[in-house]
Amino acid sequence: MTSAPILKLENLTMRFGGLAAVSELSIDVPRGAIVGLIGPNGAGKTTVFNMVTGFYRPTHGRVVFDGDDITGLQPHIICRSGISRTFQNIRLFSHETVLENVMIGCHVRRRSKWWSAPLGLPSFKEEEERIRRKSLDLLESVGLAEYAGETSSSLPYGAQRRLEIARALATDPKFLLLDEPAAGMNPQESQDLMAFIRGVQKRFGLTILLIEHDMKVVMGVCEYIWVLDYGVKIAEGNPEAIQSNQKVIVAYLGEEYVKYAES
Amino acid sequence: MNNRSRDLALNSLALAALAAFLYWAHTSFDGYKIQILNLIAVNAILALSLNLIYGFTGMFSLGHAGFMALGAYTSAILILPSAQKQMMWIIEPLIWPLSVMNAPFFVAVLAGGLVAAFFALLIAIPVLRLGGDYLGIATLGFSEIIRVVLTNLNFITNGALGIKGIPSYANLWWNYGWLLLTTFFIVRLINSNFGNVLKAIRDDEIAAKNMGINTFFYRVLSFTIGAFFAGVGGALLGSLVTTIDPMMFRFVLTFNILMITVTGGLGSISGSIIGSVVITVLLEWLRIVESPMTIGSFAIPGIPGMRMVIFSLALILIILFRREGIMGMRELSWDMLFSRGSRARNHDEEGEDRR
Amino acid sequence: MSGSLFVQHLFNAVTLGSLYGLIAIGYTMVYGILRLINFAHGEVFMLGAYFVFFGISLFHLPWGVAVIGSIAVSSLCGIFVDRIAYKPLRSAPRISALISAIGVSFLIQNLAIVIFGGIPRPVARPDWLVQVMKVGEVRIIPLAIVVPLVTLALVLGLLWIVYRTKPGLAMRAISKDIETTRLMGVSVNKIIAFTFGLGSALAAASGIMWALRYPQIQPFMGLVPGLKAFIAAVFGGIGSIQGAVIGGMLLGLIEIMAVAFFPQLSGYRDAFAFVLLIIILLLKPTGLMGEKLEDKI
Repeated sequence: MTSAPILKLENLTMRFGGLAAVSELSIDVPRGAIVGLIGPNGAGKTTVFNMVTGFYRPTHGRVVFDGDDITGLQPHIICRSGISRTFQNIRLFSHETVLENVMIGCHVRRRSKWWSAPLGLPSFKEEEERIRRKSLDLLESVGLAEYAGETSSSLPYGAQRRLEIARALATDPKFLLLDEPAAGMNPQESQDLMAFIRGVQKRFGLTILLIEHDMKVVMGVCEYIWVLDYGVKIAEGNPEAIQSNQKVIVAYLGEEYVKYAES
Repeated sequence: MNNRSRDLALNSLALAALAAFLYWAHTSFDGYKIQILNLIAVNAILALSLNLIYGFTGMFSLGHAGFMALGAYTSAILILPSAQKQMMWIIEPLIWPLSVMNAPFFVAVLAGGLVAAFFALLIAIPVLRLGGDYLGIATLGFSEIIRVVLTNLNFITNGALGIKGIPSYANLWWNYGWLLLTTFFIVRLINSNFGNVLKAIRDDEIAAKNMGINTFFYRVLSFTIGAFFAGVGGALLGSLVTTIDPMMFRFVLTFNILMITVTGGLGSISGSIIGSVVITVLLEWLRIVESPMTIGSFAIPGIPGMRMVIFSLALILIILFRREGIMGMRELSWDMLFSRGSRARNHDEEGEDRR
Repeated sequence: MSGSLFVQHLFNAVTLGSLYGLIAIGYTMVYGILRLINFAHGEVFMLGAYFVFFGISLFHLPWGVAVIGSIAVSSLCGIFVDRIAYKPLRSAPRISALISAIGVSFLIQNLAIVIFGGIPRPVARPDWLVQVMKVGEVRIIPLAIVVPLVTLALVLGLLWIVYRTKPGLAMRAISKDIETTRLMGVSVNKIIAFTFGLGSALAAASGIMWALRYPQIQPFMGLVPGLKAFIAAVFGGIGSIQGAVIGGMLLGLIEIMAVAFFPQLSGYRDAFAFVLLIIILLLKPTGLMGEKLEDKI
């Protein structure tokens, strides 16, 4: 890797009661890449996301983002530092319109204070207009401009996923975490999603880390992959290396099955 | 934009119509009807303030009576003439400097709002970490604490005797003036991206945090602004009824405001205003059932309690069968009235019909 | 303060605490299952008291019959309230059910004004309950012993139902996971009704004893004790029956002892519980014996 990693996880551990959901996880995420975090259900992938984005405070270990230690900071501060994410079960603001959802994402970068709204200061009006235009541009770039005035919950599933990504992009992130972006999509939609993720990465110059169960998507877009099983990193490498890794196959298929298949 | 200038013109027209109506009412209505008009304005201010807290930000607060009490007492003490204060505080004299402080009505109402907002800020920091029903009970508790303290702090509040003979400055012009100011303030806030932020917190606080929103700050902000206008409403109410005492600010007062807000529609500004017209008139009209009547040769004695029976039954029926109230989250707008492209929640519609 | 006076205060505190505890159990059981503050619970407490004294003065029922009858009817009232005002809102946002509960609370209070009249009524108490006894220097009335004993018996009976019977098992299962319990073939609605019935019976028992202890009944008598008992339930840890009793006892102790030791605070007595609530919620929102409920992300 040429430049310093954008995200470093150092011995990251999360225990719930006696149960270790993630233990001693160390990862270096290279800048400007699309990378993946995979593993069977319950392996602790989403827990890693929750620790990185500040929803869980790690039991021990460090999260270093762009050279700064962000371990245990509040979610909104972590967002401001340039990390954004989507959720496994889509979490849109269901009563708001598609446009408003994206505008809410723009809030974190705004300068004017709340009291300038009732006063109607010119600087406030300019900023509102700028936010609206930026949001419309973002909707344009993810192909949702025509739905701007619709209530977000009325969108089809795939469009909701894209809207959630657009909303995350509105916070001007340097690093984007996608939690199962292809969940519930048919093969054609997943195919489109891969192109979409690549496009977003290029256009905004991001680093993207994704959790995904659809191996076609993972192997198709990720340059590098980490594999978790029971909270422990069992393998890492490029897609080819992961596909032929014995430990990974065992984790996914179970030891018995592998023995049976080999015989 | 064409729509904007049209809405501006129509809004000005509506304002002029409201002013003309108030002038006409002022000169030709009897005192009882004017009182109802006044109550509508004050209730609308209170309902809007609760709607900001609960309808738009999703914080179930039952503390309104407490904030109103703070506003009412503050303003009453500031507008009572010093000589009257000396006579009225008979348990213990009113402490200096309150005993000699006086302020014009506008300043007194503003001060009432600010005192309510100050206490809201104090209570918000511990209590707003809670969500949902716990927040409701904690704010109700706060409101009861205020009432107990008001009963006991004789040297400020005149204890259980309360304050009588408050100058009745709160006429139609003041009340509707404050209502316009409140509506203007809240509409501007809600229609900006800050309003979107509050609604985001209401819809999904976790996702809002993830969007970089300091949700605690905005919850405290919304709660404090709401309490400010509740204090303003309380101050106006005190001057309107000219007598206040701790018993006036019991939970039933909060219940009435909650009823207006729910009836009008949680998350709808025009809904709160419509709701306050409907409920205020209904509440007055229901007084009939509690007063004795004669139908033909039958004399029916008044039934005390019947008014609140019907009223609480109405709330239950609304919650069971029409939870979104009259307006839901929609707004009455000029576009909607002209029924073209009636997407009520379209952002271009800044102008609301104000009546 | 003399030792004998202290013992007298202690008896008062335990009596008051028992009464709070009995009401608090109903709150805690319903909240444990439905996550609903049954705001109308205090009104069932009030109804319990009214039913007994109307049973005696209007229908000349013997004491025992009036008490049993009142508890049974109050219990049905509790079930009826759930059926009419809460059950249709099971899938609605939680606050809707709470608003409905607040509406029911006001409805019952004002119905009571319409039916029973708004003025407070004195309660005639059997002499043997209030004849002052002297034990050494301590002067107490038998009621101060009867109330805690009856409470103890009721709580033990309740614990037996909850931990030793099938409906009790179903109640505990529902409070852990309502959907799974439904899938296991438990008739969830019947169990919920059963829970409301039990809680209401205890509230009515408390209301009756309250009216004996503070011999006056009026339609608003349930509001403040109801709110305080809810706070006791939060204090003890919402969802825990033992916690509700302990919370009620501690609240009774705090109210009586604070005024006993600092008489100048007596005007603020009704505010103690609310101050306590805010302190608990700040320091330990799960209460003394409660379990933590986590948000899933």
